[in-house]
Amino acid sequence: MSKKKEVDDVSGTETTGHEWDGIKELNTPLPRWWVVIFIATIVWAVGYWIVMPAWPLVHGYTHGILNHSQRDTVTANVNALKAARAAREHALDHASLKQIQDNPELLQFAMAEGKSVFGDNCAPCHGDGGQGAHGYPNLNDDVWLWGGKLEDIQHTITVGVRSGAPDTRESQMPAFGRDAILKPGEIEDLTQYVVHLSGRRADAGAMRRGGKLFADNCAACHGPEGRGERKVGAPNLTDNEWLYGGAPENIHDQIWNGHGGVMPTWGGRLTRETIKSLAVYVHSLGGGE
Amino acid sequence: MKHEKFERNSILLLVGILIVVAIGGAVEIAPLFWVNGTIEKIAGMRPYTPLELEGQKIYVSEGCNVCHSQMIRSLRDEVERYGHYSLAAESMYDHPFLWGSERTGPDLARVGGKYSDQWHLAHLADPRSVVPESIMPPYIHLEETDLDYSDIKEMLEASRDVGVPYTDEQVAHAREDLEAQVNPDGDGVDGLKARYGAKVSVRDFAGQPGRITKADALIAYLQMLGTLVDFKTYQAHAPENRR
Repeated sequence: MSKKKEVDDVSGTETTGHEWDGIKELNTPLPRWWVVIFIATIVWAVGYWIVMPAWPLVHGYTHGILNHSQRDTVTANVNALKAARAAREHALDHASLKQIQDNPELLQFAMAEGKSVFGDNCAPCHGDGGQGAHGYPNLNDDVWLWGGKLEDIQHTITVGVRSGAPDTRESQMPAFGRDAILKPGEIEDLTQYVVHLSGRRADAGAMRRGGKLFADNCAACHGPEGRGERKVGAPNLTDNEWLYGGAPENIHDQIWNGHGGVMPTWGGRLTRETIKSLAVYVHSLGGGE
Repeated sequence: MKHEKFERNSILLLVGILIVVAIGGAVEIAPLFWVNGTIEKIAGMRPYTPLELEGQKIYVSEGCNVCHSQMIRSLRDEVERYGHYSLAAESMYDHPFLWGSERTGPDLARVGGKYSDQWHLAHLADPRSVVPESIMPPYIHLEETDLDYSDIKEMLEASRDVGVPYTDEQVAHAREDLEAQVNPDGDGVDGLKARYGAKVSVRDFAGQPGRITKADALIAYLQMLGTLVDFKTYQAHAPENRR
């Protein structure tokens, strides 16, 4: 190690004094601005340890002077949001669905809330515009399985359909073929009768035999004329609107297997006020009664 | 300059490196041995049933976690959309944990009960049949492939080896519990519920009676996600829950 500074002849740069086989190491220090920032970050880190939660300990961690907790922050943020909405949520809670519809300011709020909640929770099954899909009802038309009045929609959202929740909308179409309640030939006849019910051309002989079968097996829920019964969610078979498809093979499949969709219960997941907003929104989509 | 001593003496340098690394290691690793102290004790959490455990393995092997996170962050908009932020305890029985950060699809930490089994089945088979704007690939092979659960007992034992508190009884009945969960009319339901709690969902998840497919396991797992903890009774700000 050299005591005095030694300068390399070729580059004009100071050397460190380290020498290996006649080759000397040049001393090119870090730029001062870089060193200053580096030291500043260390000082900042020490300050951070003191102020914020930082070090893990055997049981727990150091909380810091501020005792900061992201959980407190998010709770405060959520509460601030709730407080900002509180007046309107309160109004929603105390207004009937009809009153919400008739109050422009409340309606605007309910529609905005309903639309955003629909997008996240309902759209995966009912489609982002409420257009439905195979097995999932279209909410834009005036065909309703369990009723299209505001209160009906609110109730359906709250308890779901075959969801397992208490008071859920509940009914089950028998699987006439799978469970061997009817013979395959009888189901063929019944299919033709249902095709006829929806106003389409059907095989006359099969239709006549199917009519008797319909009265014995189907009329209890779908009504003697096949117009459906909302108390049990039995669809109207005469309107040519189909949840599981209207082609004869779809109808045959439905009689054979008795599909019944499940809608989850939202009473535990969404608040009462949110469900009201949602009911008003769904009602507004086009088919509300 | 003192570091010349280290540079000219390799053994001394080695010892020096060891000491420095050991300090960093002690600070970062040692607390993990007391990791129980960082996981809040909350009511409701239980080890996965054998069927759910199979479902989780399928979730991993199909790479669901590549596009879906299972971690609701403690941010306002996350809580607004997905529900209560995730707690450490909710993934305490995950090996590996599946928090993730990539969200090509939505977060699934609380997807349980949100959609029907039929929806999951249709969505797995052909996502665009129910969500036209989806870019998720189809997984129709799940409902067409029988679940191979011949090693379910060993899977529970392996989970137990890494800290999941399966009891001897749960391990011994692993196979029948798995079969019982898809057969609501069978004899094994009482045993399953006695071992894993009354809240366990028992039904034919994929709708193919008499057959247990990969779709059964995956849907059973998805329908359980986020449903174990009752947040109506959970006190986030109780002293024992402050982390």
